Amino acid sequence: MSKAVFEPSIPSRPVYGALEPRTGISHLMIADAEGAEAILDMAGAAPPGFFANAHIIYIPKRTGTLYVERLQALAPAQLHIAPSYAAAEPRLKRVLSSSHMGLQLYLAGTEGLMGQVMREAIEAGIPHDAIQTEHRGSTARRVQCVHCKGITEDVTHDPFQCSHCGLHLFVRDHYSRRIAAFQGVRVDAEDPGNIPEAVERFK
Amino acid sequence: MSGAPKIAVTVAEVTPVNELVTRFRFVRRDGKPMPTFSGGAHTVVEMNDNGRIRRNPYSLMSDPADCEGYSISVRRDDQGRGGSLFMHRRVTPGMEMQISNPVNLFGLDLRARKHLMIAGGIGITPFLAQIKQLKATGGHFELHYAVRSAPLASYADELRAENPGRVRVYHDERGEAIDLERLLEGQPLGTHLYVCGPKGMIGWVRNTAARLGWPRGAVHHEEFLAPSSGKPFEATLARSNKVIQVGEHESLLEAIEAAGVDPPYLCRGGACGQCETDVLEHDGIFLHNDHWLTEEQRASCTKIMPCVSRFEGRKLVLDR
Repeated sequence: MSKAVFEPSIPSRPVYGALEPRTGISHLMIADAEGAEAILDMAGAAPPGFFANAHIIYIPKRTGTLYVERLQALAPAQLHIAPSYAAAEPRLKRVLSSSHMGLQLYLAGTEGLMGQVMREAIEAGIPHDAIQTEHRGSTARRVQCVHCKGITEDVTHDPFQCSHCGLHLFVRDHYSRRIAAFQGVRVDAEDPGNIPEAVERFK
Repeated sequence: MSGAPKIAVTVAEVTPVNELVTRFRFVRRDGKPMPTFSGGAHTVVEMNDNGRIRRNPYSLMSDPADCEGYSISVRRDDQGRGGSLFMHRRVTPGMEMQISNPVNLFGLDLRARKHLMIAGGIGITPFLAQIKQLKATGGHFELHYAVRSAPLASYADELRAENPGRVRVYHDERGEAIDLERLLEGQPLGTHLYVCGPKGMIGWVRNTAARLGWPRGAVHHEEFLAPSSGKPFEATLARSNKVIQVGEHESLLEAIEAAGVDPPYLCRGGACGQCETDVLEHDGIFLHNDHWLTEEQRASCTKIMPCVSRFEGRKLVLDR
């Protein structure tokens, strides 16, 4: 089961929906790992010819080739498999800069991926409430250390040690759309050295 | 005092623009600067028509950075309720009037990469101020302006001369029409669309944009509804303990004001939501004409927008 249930939290914490086909002149879909399932599920509801104007950028991560053939079978106009978000980003920027109004954007997979693509899309001028998202797969978080500003990807434990400055950080639900990351705050600031045992909160 | 704060003004200039449109310029009586505004804002002009107070909203068309005065352009509507005829026939230079502080319900979304404007007829006025604002800040815009004929194309020549390559005018009488689908399909990502004009044009542009997948948040429109005339009716104002008669050519809001009650309002055109009024009792049919209430609210018969909506029936009791 790749669907996670997020407990209600502070307003800053992003919420996600379920992808549905929308009318538009073109469709850009970006997914990582189990996010492929959200695209495959949406395909069931899509009208004929929907994928003829679709461009899929897919980052398999640890799922390897598990979903690739099924994505190919949707016969999208373009399917680009990328080894990482960083590797896919220049392509994403180029697609956004040359796209026209009427483009529909569909994001699926981990919060880190969706958040980073959303940041680029907003930068390109798409209203944030016009971007569809669906969470699938890992709930690992992209976290920014508020002390050194370094970002650690795929954080599963709380507290965790900042991969940049080494401080032990408490992972908050406080989220920045601009940075596309949750906030990590030093857990032993009041009582240095008193570090609670790390718990695997995000799988 | 309801509505936006008032400004006491003198009419500085009355300039005919063409057969149907006249421009008015207002300056403050106290000599202070006018408040700055943002392109798309309107003012509500108060007219004392032989003791009957008319209040009509008009888009500000002057440069938002110009604090010396405000300009509006008024199209004469011979079939209307009389506000525009009053402006055309009775308002002369030197006359003292009251106007409201500017209110903007049609502002530019400055996150846009490009502003695509579609105007029909007198709907050009908010764009005149928006274009001045965008030119001062280096904004990217394009205007498509549909007019009936060249003699009635208010400000078209100035707009074309001052904004080469950015303004296109379409004349109905020459059979020219905006190729809307093609225009919308070619817009770069991050474009916001603005439309102001007749009701049919607004519906056409919004529906076409929705069909082509434009996000709702990137499509902006403004249409001031004039209150429609209709059968006279009676209303009870429960809180004020008054019974009022709404005349054939009077709006419910005007009748409430004429009874000495000071209800909230802002745009007086069914758009802003300020005058929303709770209905306590009713026996009859609501004639909802606003852009504000949802279908569910209309169906519930518990709300009315007295600026543009009417009632037909035996009994109407308002929480006012």
